[in-house]
Amino acid sequence: MNLELKSREYRRKILKYILKAKAGHTGGSLSCIDILNVLYNEVLNVNPANADAFDRDRYIQSKGHCVEALYVVLADKGFFPESDLETLCQYQSHYIGHPTRKIKGVEQNTGALGHGLPISAGVALAAKMDSLSYRVFTLLGDGELPEGSNWEAALSAAHYKLDNLCAIVDLNGLQITAPTTEVCNTEPLDKKFESFGWAVRHVDGHDIEALRAAFGALPFEKEKPSVIIAHTVKGKGVSFMENELKWHHGVPTEAQYKLAMAELESPLAPEGGI
Amino acid sequence: MGNEMIDVPLAGTAIANQEVFAETLQSLAALDKQVVVVTSDSRGSGKLVPFGKKYPAQIVEVGIAEQNLVGMAAGLASTGKKVFAVSPACFLTARALEQIKNDVAYSNNPVKLVGISAGVSYGALGSTHHSLHDFAVLRAIHNITIIAPADGFETAQAVKQVAALSQPFYLRFGKKPMPLLDIEDTIPFEIGKGRVVREGDDIALIATGETVYPALQAAHKLASEYNVEATVISMHTIKPLDEELLAQVAQKCKAILTVEEHSVYGGLGEACAAWLLKNRYHKAFDLMGIPDEYTVTGSQTEIFNHYGISEEGIAHRALALLRV
Repeated sequence: MNLELKSREYRRKILKYILKAKAGHTGGSLSCIDILNVLYNEVLNVNPANADAFDRDRYIQSKGHCVEALYVVLADKGFFPESDLETLCQYQSHYIGHPTRKIKGVEQNTGALGHGLPISAGVALAAKMDSLSYRVFTLLGDGELPEGSNWEAALSAAHYKLDNLCAIVDLNGLQITAPTTEVCNTEPLDKKFESFGWAVRHVDGHDIEALRAAFGALPFEKEKPSVIIAHTVKGKGVSFMENELKWHHGVPTEAQYKLAMAELESPLAPEGGI
Repeated sequence: MGNEMIDVPLAGTAIANQEVFAETLQSLAALDKQVVVVTSDSRGSGKLVPFGKKYPAQIVEVGIAEQNLVGMAAGLASTGKKVFAVSPACFLTARALEQIKNDVAYSNNPVKLVGISAGVSYGALGSTHHSLHDFAVLRAIHNITIIAPADGFETAQAVKQVAALSQPFYLRFGKKPMPLLDIEDTIPFEIGKGRVVREGDDIALIATGETVYPALQAAHKLASEYNVEATVISMHTIKPLDEELLAQVAQKCKAILTVEEHSVYGGLGEACAAWLLKNRYHKAFDLMGIPDEYTVTGSQTEIFNHYGISEEGIAHRALALLRV
């Protein structure tokens, strides 16, 4: 299956399990899913048959609230049976509303924001200390960037020349209160990262080919950590969810779910790559 | 019960727990390249300058950034490294508390957090630099063992033992030279097991960290001047608490007095009190520590003396508790 079709399948599943759980971070899961799609299907050296391999690549999801996207991809990759997701957020389920190491394939317990980058920097530094070639990827939400711990880690990652570290910012422009530019403006984001000693690229976070090319070009500069600023649309793929604040953690009704499914099952536009 | 005379060494032989920590860590690093120290511009206070010179590949400096210190330490530890994250206890357990809670304890990354210059070690530098909350906040977090060694022997043993265990720890100690309790040959150090430094039937003095020594001095004073025999315990592991030992002293002694370099809220004293009550040991009980107020200005010793954490003060409280 090509990755464009895969993304649509992932989107359908994200909505299916959010509907079932009656909880979830819908908008952000839909904005980051193309990134996870390319990462897990073409970039990361991870294998469910040897999930703890010491030299595996690591993916640490700092924006832990969009766990539905991660669970759907991990199930698809065979880390656990997809049917497990029927229990999402239910009493005594291991599948809680944020990433947890109780689930095979999840590297770190995240959910409190501003934690993914420092941990990732530590893992990447360990690889350098041991002369191992694995890489570390972390997905940051644009709304979590005001957390100061991100910038502490950004300094250390540059200081230790962690070119095996790649941060991806899911820049969907919205957070729970309002647009990120209104809540706490972090622009110009590229210049901030550059001034912290990072190599920066912008990419359309829904363009599979562009994501593929960006990941393929890592590290963007030798001896510098890389950041991909992925321009995305919150709620991407479902017309009435796109760029709508209420879908941050909105749960669809049955009727809305059917509408969304109809959109996500319709044939792809020619530029979609069929 | 007999009064085992303790030969209290001269002050000249005393050594600060954090110096012992740094020396022990060097000996571990020499044998195991996976031993890594992470510091936040704190290697001087942590006596780790020689470590950094001798093992530059095994020290990670993050600058003054405690959240990142703990986050990176968690990442390093997740790969199998034996990570000691060293920072003044006041900053480590307040500034980076969420990283301790989530990245270390909840994620089960086996970081050894080391709070240096703990309690009121920084003395007159004031409350910003005091850690009188660390036992309380960390006791309420699942999956972290809390240890406050009393002397150089306990410190060295604690460091060696936690290095070999793949689980989260918090060690805290200070910079004041501490005399050896002089029982190292007879009573081993075991995590989670308090050490009976002295035996007596009248009262149990349960102390931790740098308050064990004044508690022992108080016990000698009680015996020689008041004919009161005290058991003295170094309860180096605050969590999990040595409940077996608590039960033993509760059965044996008429009264129990706890002593700690911590707020009277949420530390060793309240942990003991809760366990004793829950288990129907309705003993005369009191707890000593730093009261809930703006801490008086002074050196560590002056602050201790002010709040009665001294030979005189502890003996006085013990007598009051026994109504002697």
